[in-house]
Amino acid sequence: MKLTWFAASLLILITLFAIFGPLLSSHSYYETNLSLKNSPPSQEFWFGTDELGRDMFTRLAWGARISLFVGIASGCGDLVIGVLWGGIAALSTPKIDNLLMRIADILYAIPYLLTVILLMVVMGSGLFPIILALTLTGWIGMARIVRGEFLQLKEQDCILATISLGASRSRILFHHLIPNTLGTIIVTVTLTIPVAIFSEAFLSFLGLGVQAPMASWGTMANDGLPALRYYPWRLFFPALFISITMLSFNLLGEGLHHAFDPKSRR
Amino acid sequence: MLSTPNHEDDILLKVENLVVSFHSSRGKVDAVRDISFSVHKGENVAIVGESGSGKSSVALAITRLIPTSMGTIEQGKILFEQQDLLLKSQKELEQIRGNHIGMIFQDPLTSLNPTMRIGKQIMEGAIKHHKLKRKEARDQALTLLHDVGISNPDKRLDQFPHELSGGMRQRVALAMALACQPKLLIADEPTTALDVTVQAQIIALLEEIQKKRNLSIILITHDLGIVARFAQHVLVMHEGKIVESAPVEALYYSPQHPYTKRLLSSVPRIS
Amino acid sequence: MKRYFLGRILSNIIAIWVIITITFFLMKGLPGDPFTEEKALPPEILQSLYEHYKLNDPWYIQYGNYLKSIAKWDLGPSFKYKSRTVNDIINKGFPVSALLGLEALLLAVTFGLTLGTIAALKKNKWQDISAHLLSVLGISVPSFILAAFLQYLFAIKLDLLPVARWGTFQQSLLPALSLAALPSAFITRLTRNHLIEALNQDYIKTARSKGIGEVQIIIRHALRNSLLPTITYVGTLTANILTGSFVIEKIFGIPGLGQAFVNSIANRDYTVIMGLTVFYSVILLSLILLVDLAYGWMDPRIRLGRAPS
Repeated sequence: MKLTWFAASLLILITLFAIFGPLLSSHSYYETNLSLKNSPPSQEFWFGTDELGRDMFTRLAWGARISLFVGIASGCGDLVIGVLWGGIAALSTPKIDNLLMRIADILYAIPYLLTVILLMVVMGSGLFPIILALTLTGWIGMARIVRGEFLQLKEQDCILATISLGASRSRILFHHLIPNTLGTIIVTVTLTIPVAIFSEAFLSFLGLGVQAPMASWGTMANDGLPALRYYPWRLFFPALFISITMLSFNLLGEGLHHAFDPKSRR
Repeated sequence: MLSTPNHEDDILLKVENLVVSFHSSRGKVDAVRDISFSVHKGENVAIVGESGSGKSSVALAITRLIPTSMGTIEQGKILFEQQDLLLKSQKELEQIRGNHIGMIFQDPLTSLNPTMRIGKQIMEGAIKHHKLKRKEARDQALTLLHDVGISNPDKRLDQFPHELSGGMRQRVALAMALACQPKLLIADEPTTALDVTVQAQIIALLEEIQKKRNLSIILITHDLGIVARFAQHVLVMHEGKIVESAPVEALYYSPQHPYTKRLLSSVPRIS
Repeated sequence: MKRYFLGRILSNIIAIWVIITITFFLMKGLPGDPFTEEKALPPEILQSLYEHYKLNDPWYIQYGNYLKSIAKWDLGPSFKYKSRTVNDIINKGFPVSALLGLEALLLAVTFGLTLGTIAALKKNKWQDISAHLLSVLGISVPSFILAAFLQYLFAIKLDLLPVARWGTFQQSLLPALSLAALPSAFITRLTRNHLIEALNQDYIKTARSKGIGEVQIIIRHALRNSLLPTITYVGTLTANILTGSFVIEKIFGIPGLGQAFVNSIANRDYTVIMGLTVFYSVILLSLILLVDLAYGWMDPRIRLGRAPS
């Protein structure tokens, strides 16, 4: 429980950093100054500068914006497609259900990072393609979970009773199924966000992600890697931010999972 | 019916002032509150009571099988052949479990390992306690399966639990418990998970085995119908205490404790 | 049983066909074609390139040819490096990557099983809590960051292990460790949870009532049953190691398939990207299928035709 609160506060801090970080600094994320390149953390540059003399603090704050945006946007994308797909499968005839889930199974068998890479190669680098690629590959897990929960709920007496009383499908969906599944859905979204953040960093690290002069944590880690021996802070700070953010989301998801599912309390 | 002379040296198991408590979210809860009873050689004792009365905790406490994470034996003595089991080390207890005291449990499906062949599960105990060779243990397992009334024991040995019916599984569980010729068999609700017709078969089997091997059986159940047929002595448990302890006839014809009366009145009578 | 596996094989073949088709049409759908950048090429050479790749044919013929050549396990030539084929690249890079991946998998399984078992046996004690924190860390720290950290610490600062390159066991240690972190974390968790679940089962109580020793109970009864659900994750774990190898091989300068793939992305060497994607998918899906078969074989409830309840 303590860990969950700790994770939540860390996430609030990172969000605040993303919102107000760029305002706190007198530098912009693209302003270069070659005479000040690779300078270590100092009063002027709190997290040092990179190989073009750009302020790491400002760039990291912009990276936070991008990472959180990618994470939340693709989390929401998964949510919409997954709930629709899984919900339709669960509420329609067994035949359609079977067809929809077969399609999901086949797509699920394809390693998602490969698909994402492929999509990125085709669509070109950039923020929007990343989100699109992540959503196109990420919704299947959500669809499966939602369908499973819906099917389970549908069998429960209270819902069978409502159906027998002639309640409409949308009423059952919005008044019974979704509220009862909300906990699981929230947990799933919380746990897909770190995966999305990781994927963005991973793609940027491969040079497929956000392009210069925009800064993402993955790009910055990629830039910092060759300088590891002499200017370790250039890798250290982006790495720290990626890890802490993912850690916090994972801990938060886990905590929520325990909170929503009394069975899992051990 | 066996006569039950009350000589001290005829006593196989003697439980004195046993207290068992469980840890729960609301703190310590006493499941067994200061109970004493004894089981003579060749005697069938039934412990009856509704669920939550603490009867199963007694069964687990006798062989010290209550996980330390769940509960502890607070005080008392469990004298098995004059030796206090509460003073034994885990290693010594392992020598007694399965070897001198056999147990069978409520649900024969979950109490058998789903991924281990039946033969292996039966042989396991004898290999450990009697240092049998695999071949000897297998022959013994065949005889045991035959004894508990399983047809085609040769074929059954190499099957997995889910390939058998519920009644057959309980027979297998019984064969496992009997593998080392124990002196005492503790049967914890052995018929609850079974169909009514199968229940009768299992009880008949227990009776037959008991006569053949002259062992003592502690039968734990909530079914007074079974008790009347099976046991010589009955202990009625209610909220962790033994509220009545009497020979079976006495209990049925003149129950003393109001709780026993209530229990008896709730049993549908055929006569 | 047979029906089940025939079904699995069929759906795997469909999945591979879907991947091939998606890759083909995605590459077809690229804006312009790969040659337009190379303005310097004389039109005749351009024409011969077109001929070579049969880019002048209508798409359905190209698609048919593509399927046919993949069926013959010919993944085509490279766009960028003349006289080099995707098959060459695989033959050269895959053994290296497979070795590294195997080492990582071995590390992950050993580490994960040990840690998970300890955590389960010491449930809620400090061992369990530390194992839990370690596994959350393993899941949260991306492999490329861990790799850089390990490289910095063990190779640059402490000078205990080589920084990069490939060939010796010492050189393989850091990359294998970086790749193994995430799978270890998963295996630790799965083993712990499933072992705790298994230890609470009635059959453990039965085994105890037979007087079987605690160590034997864990090895013979609990671990086997708790390993079964863990095995189903091997496919996912291999996928993780595989995609992880893209960045790890880049960081440590390992001449494996992962690096070849990353290079082909950087070069926009489309046929290589296509070919390697197909190759990776086939490898992964076959592996998952094998794991399913192994699972069915290990769990008698499935082997004998009944789903586990």
